[in-house]
Amino acid sequence: MSAAVPTAADHPGARGLVTRHRLRWWETLPWIIGLGIYFAFPDYLGFGAELLAMILFALSLDLALGYAGIVTLGHAAFFGAGAYTVGMLAFYEIWTEPITSLLLAALVAAIIGFLSGLVLLRTRGLTLLMLTLCTMALLQEAANMARAYTGGFDGLPDLAIAPVFGVFEFNPLYANTQYLYSLGVLLVCFIFVRTLIYSPFGQSLTGIRENLLRMHAIGSPVRRRLVICYTISAALAGIAGGLSAQINAFVNLSALDLDRAATVFIVLILGGYGRLYGAFVGAVAYLALEHFLAKIYPTAWQLGLGLLLVMIALFARNGILGIGEALWQRYGARRKTP
Amino acid sequence: MDFVANFAGILLGGLSAGTVLFIVSVGLSVTMGLMGFVNLAHGAFAMFGGYVIVLSMNRAHFGFAAALALGFVATAAISVVLERTLYRRLYRASELDQVLFTIGLIFIFIAGAIIVVGPESQTLQLPAALRGQINLGFLQYRTYSIFLIVIGFLIGFGISLAFERTRIGAQIRATVDNRRMAESLGINVDRLFTITFAFGSGMAGIGGGLGAEFLGLDPQYALKYLVYFLIAVSVGGLGSVMGVYYASLILGVLDFVLKLYLPKGGTIFIYALTILLLLWRPQGLFGKKET
Repeated sequence: MSAAVPTAADHPGARGLVTRHRLRWWETLPWIIGLGIYFAFPDYLGFGAELLAMILFALSLDLALGYAGIVTLGHAAFFGAGAYTVGMLAFYEIWTEPITSLLLAALVAAIIGFLSGLVLLRTRGLTLLMLTLCTMALLQEAANMARAYTGGFDGLPDLAIAPVFGVFEFNPLYANTQYLYSLGVLLVCFIFVRTLIYSPFGQSLTGIRENLLRMHAIGSPVRRRLVICYTISAALAGIAGGLSAQINAFVNLSALDLDRAATVFIVLILGGYGRLYGAFVGAVAYLALEHFLAKIYPTAWQLGLGLLLVMIALFARNGILGIGEALWQRYGARRKTP
Repeated sequence: MDFVANFAGILLGGLSAGTVLFIVSVGLSVTMGLMGFVNLAHGAFAMFGGYVIVLSMNRAHFGFAAALALGFVATAAISVVLERTLYRRLYRASELDQVLFTIGLIFIFIAGAIIVVGPESQTLQLPAALRGQINLGFLQYRTYSIFLIVIGFLIGFGISLAFERTRIGAQIRATVDNRRMAESLGINVDRLFTITFAFGSGMAGIGGGLGAEFLGLDPQYALKYLVYFLIAVSVGGLGSVMGVYYASLILGVLDFVLKLYLPKGGTIFIYALTILLLLWRPQGLFGKKET
């Protein structure tokens, strides 16, 4: 065989597939910015820590909704489960070590995700949407009913969280520890999700989203994959909830609200779903937008948000990152190819 | 005798709440059955109609019947405008985009209500004839509740009669059953959908007005009762009028009983029952099985 004939692996398409999971230089940017904010805006670190928790929550939803195509409006169920796990353990002073608390939160959320996923994921479409909504409402009612343990609507205030690694204390006035801790948790979870997405398992999830019938036909265990993905996604949402409870030292019923589920849904879509960095872009854009709109129109800031959502649904189905990609393909890529 | 009166009182209270639920949800059921469009903004239409009805009575001193008619027409009109300009672009879009779009609409309606009317709750002033109690022979009961139950029954009966007996009803049934076949038989599904969408939204508007007396009417209405509307529709079965009627009545009575005897978190049973029922019959109680 002569050297001029390219092998299959040399084909540009194949090379693209082989190299697409490699780390790009710009993938370090979010973390550099994250660290930069720590030094540049020491007064906004509490806000920043909440932003990081929201990114993590949106990332967990991305796994279920963006990659596996499970359209759920009840993801706050797992966020709340995690938040209440951490909250109740800390409030009753059973367990206050932050990192293991987060793992417990992930475990509880994963169990709920597994059990509900096992039955919910038999259905599709409106029924699935309804079932996720009802599961969340059910958990919220349960938390409301168990007022003696969960504090009901008032929630559990003043949670005492032990120092991280036994050294770095959570200070309610200066959120330095909270911020770096959240950044660390997010980084670990992100590396996990990124690895998962580019694994064969992650690829099969995308396959299920794109063409369910074909995945059945090639013998992929579709239901099992979906349940596993839903469970992992629930665990991550639980970590996000637990993290939010720790940095706010507070948890109440709003952790299980439809409002919260809708917000994270919007954050993800705004950034662009099915893209690893959609959660990052979406959370920053959402909070900036909310802040800006609340300033110019404090009583009805939802108007701008609603208009934006309608525009996205009609014209920009892939969110901000999708717009960026389209622009890049049109103008940026042209320069490369002569 | 006391027990019977008690029991009848609970039943009537639940039935009247369920009736309002039915009037709001019936349009959602038919439009979802027709187009498979996940319209979460249906509650926003109910809220819009409710505002038109309540404000036209409180501020413009319309009569009750005239206000209801105005609420129907106004809601139907705004829904047609939205359907023709925006909704139709998303019929073939994914569920995700439909959910996103309708959530956006909800926010716009909520903000619109806050800007135009204000964040405070509005109250419905019932006409004198519907206030007070009525003697049913064996017990005294609120006239308005009885009025609601009768109206709801007439509406349910009327719509299902129209479904069975009129040409457009037959076309709707055919399209719900098999959209492609209906289209190839020359049924103009697009136009059919516009008509049913307008009618369904108008009914939702009336429901919003009728229910304002005990559900309240504030800008959060569109989101607050959304889960209930969706439960009524999915339990009843998409595209089934009688299914939604029965589901709404059951839901209304159940909610009333649970709130009475288990005021702390009794609604948990409603969610649990809904989940169990949907797992048993994903297509709802009266829905056609998906092929």
